[in-house]
Amino acid sequence: MPAETPADRANDLCDRALAGDRHALARLLTAVENRTPVAETALRRLYPAAGHAQLVGITGPPGAGKSTLVAALIAELRRAGRPVAVVAVDPSSPITGGAVLGDRVRMQSYAADDGVFIRSMASRGHAGGLSSATSAAAAVFDAAGFDIVLIETVGTGQSEVEVAATADTTVVVEAPEMGDEIQAIKAGLLEVADLIVVNKGDRPGAHRTAGQLHAMLADTPREIRPGRPMPKHPEVLVTIAATGSGVPELLAALDRHRATLTGTDGESSRLARAEAQVWAVLSDRLHDRARSIEAAPLAESLLRAVASHELDPYAAADRLLGLMAGGGEAGAGRL
Amino acid sequence: MTDRPLKVLIAKPGLDGHDRGAKVLARGLRDEGFEVVYTGLRQTPEMVVTAALQEDVDVVGLSILSGAHMTLVPRICSLLREKGMDDVLIVVGGIIPDDDVPGLKESGVAAVFGPGTTIGDVADFIRANARSRD
Repeated sequence: MPAETPADRANDLCDRALAGDRHALARLLTAVENRTPVAETALRRLYPAAGHAQLVGITGPPGAGKSTLVAALIAELRRAGRPVAVVAVDPSSPITGGAVLGDRVRMQSYAADDGVFIRSMASRGHAGGLSSATSAAAAVFDAAGFDIVLIETVGTGQSEVEVAATADTTVVVEAPEMGDEIQAIKAGLLEVADLIVVNKGDRPGAHRTAGQLHAMLADTPREIRPGRPMPKHPEVLVTIAATGSGVPELLAALDRHRATLTGTDGESSRLARAEAQVWAVLSDRLHDRARSIEAAPLAESLLRAVASHELDPYAAADRLLGLMAGGGEAGAGRL
Repeated sequence: MTDRPLKVLIAKPGLDGHDRGAKVLARGLRDEGFEVVYTGLRQTPEMVVTAALQEDVDVVGLSILSGAHMTLVPRICSLLREKGMDDVLIVVGGIIPDDDVPGLKESGVAAVFGPGTTIGDVADFIRANARSRD
């Protein structure tokens, strides 16, 4: 029976999704991904129910074996009877907006298994390796009772570190011969790793790569310097995802990391995630209000003034902010 | 939002190993601005339907060259209906004899695309017929 308002529809979908209806869960994810009016009501309702799952980010360069490793982890988790959700992000075309989402190809063996739910997402212009809705999608899975959510990023390079703010545990997957010790000590992606996996462990150089990463990142002295941010000391593991070799050890390492999340390390990561989420919503809302009908005439005249260099962009932005602060009806009700 | 990309599942049910066409179509539909989920070869009807449900696609495109379409396609159509996905547009491509087309349409297929179909034909048909939901 079709519901009337977005709020009714959101509540209906939430009721069904929480009761185990997979189709309703899929529809909720679509609403979240498309940022429909249903999504906000649903996320507000589901947020208090979330916070129990371990969100595991799986990132690394294209072709390192992220999807195959995710498939191997699914197999290992299911052997242990643990339900698992996957959010797999692939890039959108900057030219047409289209995308080929091909991560499922390696994860198709679980059609009849209700304990596995895989959702592909296109990045839709969002840089950083995720889509803007990835975090919200993970929260929906979390609220729906999945104990672990694997978040597979697009193929990344050196600096797509956003996943670390989204996940509790960040796994960086590298292929053998990814570079020398200098690559290992460069700032960026490797710095946010809680675990580093050198996949394709049967290829030449795999153990040498793992040894170099271990020497540079894990085996360094851990000196506590008050007031300075503490670098991570990631474990380095070798896997052959295609055969499952090393995957039980990876799952054990994920569980060990999970156990640390209740402490202060975990608190700072939860705080970082809260910050990222609230700031993102705030920025969306400011955008919406700056582009609202009420602000449109002022915005247009300001943009024209900036375009003709009669006004600088800072002054224009300040005036729009001023309008919002004193904005009265213009959107105050939305907050 | 209304201008969000339509999401299309491209699947190869059954046992034939010829997936060049499905991959070319996946890439072509990407270029037409669709979000295309590709599931790979040798999919059972249950795999296709689970993927369609979890991905909440607007369109299911089935590529079949093995001759097993009269078995596989009606099964997929009825499983989709069973799961509440009766508003998904189902299209079939591959080697389908003309005589089989009415039967496939009766089971729920909206269009059958044979050899010589252009990517543009498929894209236009999807845009005109897929029900954009939410």
